[in-house]
Amino acid sequence: MKFGVVVFPGSNCDQDCVHVVQDVLRQPVVTLWHQETSLRGCDAVVLPGGFSYGDYLRTGAIAHLAPIMQSIKSFAKDGGLVIGICNGFQILLESGLLPGAMLRNTGLRFICRSVPLRVERTDTPFTNRFQPGQVIRLPIAHNEGRYTIDAKSLNDVQRQVVFRYEGENPNGSIDAIAGITNARGNVLGMMPHPERASEDALGSTDGRLIFESMLEAHANA
Amino acid sequence: MPELVLRRARRPAGDAEPGTPRRVRKGDGGPTKSEVRNPPPPRRGVAQRQDPLANGHGTTPLSVLKRVAKSHNLTDENYRHIVKTLGRQPTLTEVGIFGVMYSEHCSYCSSKLYLKTFPTAGARILVPAGKENAGVVDVGGGLAVAFKCESHNHPSAVEPVQGAATGVGGIIRDIFTMGARPVALFDSLRFGPLDGDARTAFLFEGVVKGISDYGNSVGVPTVGGEILFDPSYRGNPLVNVMCIGLLKKSELARGAARGIGNPVIYVGSSTGRDGLGGASFASRDLKDGDADRPAVQIGDPFTEKCLIEATLEALATGDVMGIQDMGAAGLTCSTCEMPSRGGTGIEIDVALVPRREEGMTPYEVMLSESQERMLLVARKGREQRVKDIFAKWGLSAVTIGRVTKGGRMRVMDGPTLVADIPVGALTTEAPVYRRPVRRPRYLATVQAERLKHLPQPRDLGEVLLKLLSAPTIASKAPVFEQYDHMVQTNTVVLPGRADAAVLRLKGTGSYLAATTDGNGRYCYLDPYEGGKAAVAEAARNLVCVGAEPLAITDCLNFGSPLDPEIMWQFKECVRGLSDACRAFATPVTGGNVSLYNQGAKGAIDPTPVVGMIGVITSGEPVTASFKREGDAVVLLGETREELGGSEYLLTIHGRKTGRPPRVDLEHERALHRVMLDAARQGWLASAHDCSDGGLAVTIAESCIMGDAEALGAAIEPSAAPVDAKAIEPSALLFGESVGRIVVSCERRYVEPLLALAAKHNVPAAAIGAVGGTRLRIGTWIDCPVEDLSDAWRHGLPRALGAV
Repeated sequence: MKFGVVVFPGSNCDQDCVHVVQDVLRQPVVTLWHQETSLRGCDAVVLPGGFSYGDYLRTGAIAHLAPIMQSIKSFAKDGGLVIGICNGFQILLESGLLPGAMLRNTGLRFICRSVPLRVERTDTPFTNRFQPGQVIRLPIAHNEGRYTIDAKSLNDVQRQVVFRYEGENPNGSIDAIAGITNARGNVLGMMPHPERASEDALGSTDGRLIFESMLEAHANA
Repeated sequence: MPELVLRRARRPAGDAEPGTPRRVRKGDGGPTKSEVRNPPPPRRGVAQRQDPLANGHGTTPLSVLKRVAKSHNLTDENYRHIVKTLGRQPTLTEVGIFGVMYSEHCSYCSSKLYLKTFPTAGARILVPAGKENAGVVDVGGGLAVAFKCESHNHPSAVEPVQGAATGVGGIIRDIFTMGARPVALFDSLRFGPLDGDARTAFLFEGVVKGISDYGNSVGVPTVGGEILFDPSYRGNPLVNVMCIGLLKKSELARGAARGIGNPVIYVGSSTGRDGLGGASFASRDLKDGDADRPAVQIGDPFTEKCLIEATLEALATGDVMGIQDMGAAGLTCSTCEMPSRGGTGIEIDVALVPRREEGMTPYEVMLSESQERMLLVARKGREQRVKDIFAKWGLSAVTIGRVTKGGRMRVMDGPTLVADIPVGALTTEAPVYRRPVRRPRYLATVQAERLKHLPQPRDLGEVLLKLLSAPTIASKAPVFEQYDHMVQTNTVVLPGRADAAVLRLKGTGSYLAATTDGNGRYCYLDPYEGGKAAVAEAARNLVCVGAEPLAITDCLNFGSPLDPEIMWQFKECVRGLSDACRAFATPVTGGNVSLYNQGAKGAIDPTPVVGMIGVITSGEPVTASFKREGDAVVLLGETREELGGSEYLLTIHGRKTGRPPRVDLEHERALHRVMLDAARQGWLASAHDCSDGGLAVTIAESCIMGDAEALGAAIEPSAAPVDAKAIEPSALLFGESVGRIVVSCERRYVEPLLALAAKHNVPAAAIGAVGGTRLRIGTWIDCPVEDLSDAWRHGLPRALGAV
C-alpha cells in the first residue's frame, strides 16, 4: 500500500509519518510537495502535523489553497483514504473535506502530553483494528485543537465521531471530539498524533493500529 | 526617569518609528537619529583614488563619530586603536562595525584569557571550541553531534516573549549551519522568586511562551532544561538555550569563506531596523524600564523552519563552501568572521541586501540583528542551483558580494566604499583585557556562618512538603507540557521522568542523553566549588540514565567584568569548570559568555550553566521513579554535614550562606564507573541523584515522578554512609552533599551492587525498600505519597497564583 505524506512549508511531523510508514509498517511512501498536483499513484494520503505556512493566519487557512489540496479533494471524492493529523486535521476542516472548525484551546496554551481517548467507531477504514469502546492513549500537541461545530450539525455528525477524549477534555472540544470522519468515512481528521505512538520505544503502540487499520481496509477493498 | 531619557538618546537609531517624539536632552553625547539615518553624502569621485577613505569620515563630523563610538561603549583607547589600524579616521559605518565586534558579546574581550584555559581536546572532538559556530563531537556509528548553549538574557529581560523566542532561533541556526539537523532543545532558566512579584510572573510566563511559540513551530522538540528561582535574578532573568544537532560525520559544514571569487549569498529574511545594536546592548548593565526594547529582535519560526530545510538541502549538494548565521552583530559578524576563518577577504554591497524598511543607511544594514538570515559562500558557477533550493522554500537568496584576496572586509553602498577594514582587526586581533580581580569581601562573612546553631524545625515532614512545593524543586510539567517535546519521535524518556533527557538515535540501537545544570547559589558561596559542582551534577545526571559523559558546552552568566570581584568569581568558576572537565575527560566544545547581568539591585549570582551530552551504547535508559513494590533502595555516596547553599537553608531559613557542598572529583569518577557498569548489567530499576533538597527530596521524587501510580518507601537513613558520627537530622535529610545517587533494584542485585561500589571505593548502603502508599524516613517523616505528589505537582501553579 503506497502512502503519500504531504509536505507544506512549515510541516514538521512529515518525516515522523514517513518513518512510521517506511520503518514500522514497511510500506512504500513518498512525500508530496505542496506545489505538486499529482498524487503519484498513492493509495492513501497523510496530511501531517506542523505549522503550515507558519499558521500566522487561521490554522490551515493558507494550506488548503495549495495546488496539492485540489488533487486531494478529488482523491477524497473518489473514495481515497485521507488522514489529517493535528495541523492536517485543521487543513481538512478549512478545505471543507470535514465538517466543523477549530478554535484555540480553552486554556489558551499549547498542550503536549499523552491523553486517553475512547474509540467510538470500529467500522471505519481507520479503526477496524480496535475494539468497540476501547480506551487508548495518544499524545496531543497543539494550541488550536478545540473542535467546534454548530448545534444542528453536531447532531448530524454524531455518527462520524471516531475518537473522543476520555475523562478530562484537554482543549475544550465540543462533545470531547478528538477525531471525526466525513459522511462517507474515507477522510479522517484527528488532533492526537498516532505516529508518536507507533513503537514500543516511545512507550505506546496504540497509534500503529490506526495505520494498520488502513492497511487492512486497503487489502479488503 | 532621567536615566531612561538619556539611554534612549544614546542608542543610535534605536527609536521605534520615524516621527516618534524624541526625548533627547541637548548635549547628552549621543548621535541624533538623523545623523545615523541620513549621514551626509560622501564626497563624490573619491572611489577612484588609491584609498578612497584616506580622508576618513568624509563630511561626518569627528564629534559625531566619537559620540557613536561612545554609544557602542568603545573607549578612547579603542578609538585610537581603530584610527591606528586604519591609518585614518573611520567612517560612520566602520565605527559601528568596530563597535559591535569589539563589544563584550562578540569579542569576549574580558573573558578570553580565561576561556583559553578550558580543556578542549579529546579523541571524540571533531570540531574544537571556538573554531566554528558550534563544537562537534563523534558519537559513534558514523554519527556526530553539534551542540551549543547560548544566552539571551538581556533581550528576555525587556521583552520576554521575543527575547526567549529569538534566543531559541539563534542557537538553532548555529547548529544547522554545521550541517546538523537540530534534534533537541534545552532551556536553562533563572528568575526571581515567584512571591507575588507581578514583573517576575510576567517575565516567567513570557519566556515560556516565547520558547513554546518558537520551538513548537520550528519542529525541534524541547526535551529538557531547568528552571530555578532565586532573589539574585529578580529583574535580570537568565535564558540559556542549548540546541543539539545530529549529522553524519561526512556531512560536516564549515563557516569559512573559501575560494577567491566565489559568490557571497545572503539568504533568508529581509533586513529591518530590529535588533539594531543588540550585541552592544547585551554588553552593558541592564537598567530598569523598557527603553531598550528596540534592541530586541522579532522572531519568525516559520522562516526558520524553511531555512533549516533549505540549508540542509543546499549543503547536501556540495555547492556550499561555507555558511554562517547572522546572529549577534548581524551581517557585520558573518562578513568578517567567514573570511577570517578562510584566510581570505570579502567584498559586499549593502545596496543589494533585501530590506523591509526604507531609507536604511549602510550603518543600519550592517548592524541590524533582524532574525532568520544567513550568509553563505557558494561554489562559483553553481550559485543558481543553491538559490533555486532557497526559492523552493520561499526564501530570498541574493548574491551580495564575493570572496577576495588580501584579508580585507570591504563594504560598498552601490558605487561608494563605506568600510574597508582588515578582517583580522575585527576578529583575531580584537582587544583582549586582563581585568583586575579581587576576592569578594562578602565571601568571608557568608562562608563563616555557623549553620549548626540554626533551630531544628519541629516537623521535618512539613519541611519536606514545603521543599517539594518550592518552585525550584516542584514539578515543571506545567511548563514542559507547553513545549512540543515529542516531535521527531526520538524522545524515549519524556521530560521530568529521569535525570537527563534521552533520545534514540534511529537505526543505531544507541541513545543520546543530555542535560543542563548549574547552581548559582553554590557559585556565589564558592565560585570554584560551584564551577566544579555544575560539571559534576551534569555528569551525574547522565550516568543516572546510564549514559557515558562525552563533552560539554557552557553559558557563563555573570555581572559586570569591570567589577574586580565579579572577575574573580568568573576566574574561579572557570577554574572549577576546567578542573572538573579535565577529571571527567569531557572537554569544552564551546558556548558563550554573558556579562553585565546586573541592574540597580546588583549582580546576579555567578551562574555557569553546563550543557553536557553522553551516549548509551548498550542497555536501556534508566529513569528516576521507583518501579516495583519490594525493590531495595540503595544510596551511593557519602552524606556530610553540608547545609551550606542548600534549598533547605533558603526556603526554610531564608539564608544563602555557608559553604556549598565540596566536590570530590575522584569520587565522582568512581561513581560514574559504578553507575555505568550497573546500568549495563541491567541492575537498576531507577536512579536519581541527590541535588536540590537533598536525600529526602530525592527519595520523595522517586516515589512520585513516574507515570504510573506513586509508590511509597520505608527508608532508614541511619544506615546511610556518613562521614561523621553525629549528623543533624536536617543535614541528613536536606543537606545537599554531592556525589550521591539513590537507586532502586531487585533485592537479588543489592549484593553485587554493593560489591561493585566497594570495588571502586564508593561508599554505599541499602537504606530501605519500595512499597506501600506512605513515605517513611526514619522517625522523622511519615507522609502519604499522595500528599507529596500534590505538593510537588501543584507547587508551581500555586506559586503563580493559578490554583
